[in-house]
Amino acid sequence: MTEKKWPETWQEINPGCMVFRPGSASEYHTGSWRAKRPIWENEKCIKCGVCYIYCPEGCVTETADGFFEANLDYCKGCGICAHECWPAAITMVNEEE
Amino acid sequence: MGKRVGMEVAIASAEAAALCRFDVAAVYPITPQSHVAEHLSDIVNDGRVDASFITVASEHSALSAAIGAAGTGARTVTATSSQGLLFMSEILPIASAMRLPIVMLIANRAVSGPINIWNDHSDIMPMRDTGWISFFADNGQEVVDMTIQAFKVGEDRRVMLPVNINMDGFQLTHMVEPIIMPDQEEVDRFLPSYVPYATLHPDKVVSMGTLGMPEIYAEAQKSKDVAIVNSIKVVREVWNEWEKQFGRKYEPIQSYQTEDADVVLVTMGSMGETAEIAVDELRKLGVKAGLLKIKLWRPFPFDELKKAVKGIKVLAVTDRACSFGGPGGPVFSEIRSALYDMPKRPKIVNYIIGLGGRDVQVEDFMEMTRKAAKGKLSEPYVFYGVRG
Amino acid sequence: MLEIRWHGRGGQGAVTSVELLALSAIEEGKYAQGFPSFGPERRGAPVTAFNRVDDKQIKIRSGIYHPDLVVVLDESLVALVDVAEGLKPAGILLVNTTKTLEQLKKDIRFEGKIATCDATGIAWKELGVPITNTTMLGALVKLTGAVKLESLDNPIKERFGRIAAKNLAAAKRAYDEVRIIN
Repeated sequence: MTEKKWPETWQEINPGCMVFRPGSASEYHTGSWRAKRPIWENEKCIKCGVCYIYCPEGCVTETADGFFEANLDYCKGCGICAHECWPAAITMVNEEE
Repeated sequence: MGKRVGMEVAIASAEAAALCRFDVAAVYPITPQSHVAEHLSDIVNDGRVDASFITVASEHSALSAAIGAAGTGARTVTATSSQGLLFMSEILPIASAMRLPIVMLIANRAVSGPINIWNDHSDIMPMRDTGWISFFADNGQEVVDMTIQAFKVGEDRRVMLPVNINMDGFQLTHMVEPIIMPDQEEVDRFLPSYVPYATLHPDKVVSMGTLGMPEIYAEAQKSKDVAIVNSIKVVREVWNEWEKQFGRKYEPIQSYQTEDADVVLVTMGSMGETAEIAVDELRKLGVKAGLLKIKLWRPFPFDELKKAVKGIKVLAVTDRACSFGGPGGPVFSEIRSALYDMPKRPKIVNYIIGLGGRDVQVEDFMEMTRKAAKGKLSEPYVFYGVRG
Repeated sequence: MLEIRWHGRGGQGAVTSVELLALSAIEEGKYAQGFPSFGPERRGAPVTAFNRVDDKQIKIRSGIYHPDLVVVLDESLVALVDVAEGLKPAGILLVNTTKTLEQLKKDIRFEGKIATCDATGIAWKELGVPITNTTMLGALVKLTGAVKLESLDNPIKERFGRIAAKNLAAAKRAYDEVRIIN
């Protein structure tokens, strides 16, 4: 979790409440309450990219060798990637394992 | 030097915007503003200004597009009236909160219902709280001058706020009258290029139009209030500079024959010129009448008002709108509130006049003044001239 | 200050006329107002338009109720509308018509001066169309001296371009031919 920093006084607010530090939303790690996580079996993966397309979070990324993995900072374990995977190469496993 | 020409005021307002070398016009036509929209479109189409004209689907889109354009650093102009202003009203406070110096020409027109396309102030009055700077023009010359002044005030780094110029629909917009149109060179000298505080550009990323949690919203509103309250200093400065360069004087409240007046009319907008004649006629009859014409509506000129009413016994405030179920006309209620703490203050009465294009004549002003001189009306506020 | 009311039908150029007169006066260094009766109107419907001309600044912005001159561009309006309403007793009623005084008096209640001019005939001849607005400007100028006839030149040239000369010719003829008939 990021540290919320509110400008303490009204004088400190940027005009128009403009934010000059871009992309600060990425500091919110939305994956921290995940119950299950996706595991890829690369032997079965056909590199179609469907998991990448369907992930509602947009946190499935392609690795250097063309396979896929989820960014666990943001993955909420919804299981859509596993549901959509054609060769059933993705399994949802409990977070504790 | 400027050139004295005869011009329809709506056309002249668009010409004034052209002199300001606007970058973007996003306008949706509505009677009686339509000549402004059409002429801005002509100006861009003819290449007289290097600008874009966005043909939007509605007034709501017009101001949305204007905000987008202003966010990228474009000098932006729009225009509307009545129902159009109401339609874009959800965006008005956003423009001021985002501190974007958009200039809007408003052809003041009555608000429905019943449907009425003629002049009164019921469109701008509901927008008092939106944080826009508001000018009111008495005649075509003021419309032109104020349009140019608006860009300068709004874009000043100490202000950074949107500005609207109010001109009476039909009464001013459709009137051909003599106007001194400034030269391009004069306007360039007065109004330099717009250097925005921040722009939406991929090279230097900034977020505009952000969310404000309860922890921050109140501070943001305070910041906005301070900005518009302080902007009056810049308005006075710009008007002084205008007088030096163009020779025409502007003040937040203009007094006419009030030095020894007992009863003073207050007007806003073009009917003030008719009221001047009424004051002259009353003076001939021995009535010590005077007139105050308000040209700066927001930020409200508290200091100028207090100074202007010194020694006056009765103030007859005329409004072209009514705050239904409230204390009467908006101008009346704000003046009364502004003067509340003064140990010596005039009796203030309120006439609501000129609704929906109802003509207000010299004789009407004279009658109102005579009645007001007694210091009390039959009701807290009077709908003047209403049959029944 | 001179106050003028024009009667026409939508599309006959009454609004153009008031603009041209205002522009001419302003070019002379005078003050002027030109405005239509505010509001939408369909083609052919009776409309009114107004002028004020003065040597000093015109502050009044209310409507014109007691004009010094009334101009009627279309004689069919005389039977429909009280064209002389509010016209000052010392004022002039100018009608585009070939009718006689007796014929006009059937519909008009006005005891003051009535002037006529066959603007339609002049317009047909000089312009090829029965649009009488510029023609009647000439008659108006002759009757009131509101502006000099030459002052119409520039505004008409700017407004009408290639056909300005014809419009000016029509106005000049009306200037010469208008008559007060009583």
